[in-house]
Amino acid sequence: MKIYVVLYALLFLLIGVNADFVKEQGYQVGDYAADFALEGVDGKTVSLQDYQNAKGYIVIFTCNTCPYAKMYEQRIINLHKRYAEQGYPVVAINPNCPERSPGDAMSEMKKRAEDKGYGFAYLQDLSQETTKAYGASNTPQVFVLDKESTGKYKVAYIGTIDNNYKDADKADVPYVQHAVDALMDGRKVPETKTKAIGCSIKWKMS
Amino acid sequence: MKVFLLTLCLLGGFLISPAQEIQSYSFEELEKKITDESSHQYLVVNFWATWCAPCLQELPYFESLSQDFPNAKLKVLLVSLDLEKDKAIQFKEKKQLQSEVVYLNEVDFNAWINKISPKWSGAIPATLMLSPAGEKKFHEGEYTEAELYGQIKRFIQ
Repeated sequence: MKIYVVLYALLFLLIGVNADFVKEQGYQVGDYAADFALEGVDGKTVSLQDYQNAKGYIVIFTCNTCPYAKMYEQRIINLHKRYAEQGYPVVAINPNCPERSPGDAMSEMKKRAEDKGYGFAYLQDLSQETTKAYGASNTPQVFVLDKESTGKYKVAYIGTIDNNYKDADKADVPYVQHAVDALMDGRKVPETKTKAIGCSIKWKMS
Repeated sequence: MKVFLLTLCLLGGFLISPAQEIQSYSFEELEKKITDESSHQYLVVNFWATWCAPCLQELPYFESLSQDFPNAKLKVLLVSLDLEKDKAIQFKEKKQLQSEVVYLNEVDFNAWINKISPKWSGAIPATLMLSPAGEKKFHEGEYTEAELYGQIKRFIQ
């Protein structure tokens, strides 16, 4: 028994403190994503399955406070305008712990969504379980999901919105658009994984 | 009197300005700088920004590294990923940062993040340590003072 405890402690030490290990978690392109039930700025709980006519989703981990999220805000609004009617709505999830980041409290999220006229669901992941399951690491980060005929959600793209955070007009590779367009046309997504500098997610202090 | 004040301001501004200088780098230039500077000393490259609260939290630990390890040939390079270079300049001046600060002037992050480390998600803070022998250690996320100290100690041994 004793030896198990020691071994367990050792194992915990080895993997528990290794941040790299934690980052390996989460979805990869091709994985199936789990549905969630999170509260939105309108007070209602939203799940992927609520979107009966959706062919897929543009799930975006974003927030009120990150400068990059703000720079991409209009582009997120535009993505929803462009694709929601075609069956690919934006579903935005704020992953930040409001105690650590008061600007990301639900009351602030409501204000922001109203001021900017978000047409999409803006949800709060208070438990951070969904954020962990997806493996989101920073904001803003996009997961494009393809809804299969079986009703499962396959991850088709993970990454950034486009290749110029400063100037939308100068961005000449709109990764998310390319991914969604490809899904609509039944083509292969040209680039399935990209990275971007973003704000780290404000995890709850455990 | 007005003229005198104006002159004083201008002169003051002129005297201070050299200390505020922060150079802009493309990623290619930064990569070369990192290679060059780590060829003869330990180099600790910290990616940060003035808007990033956890970055500012850990910044003083990086600043004191050269005092913590006086016998190691160790240099700290702070790479600002601020949206505007001026923010970094103001911060450097206000906090009297001693480490070299450079500004990375790039808009296409995906083009270079993996070149720093394939393990890097893109969240900051992030830190890359390099030894003259060519060893690399990458860390994403914030350090406590003890963690950073321990990490450097292990790395330079």
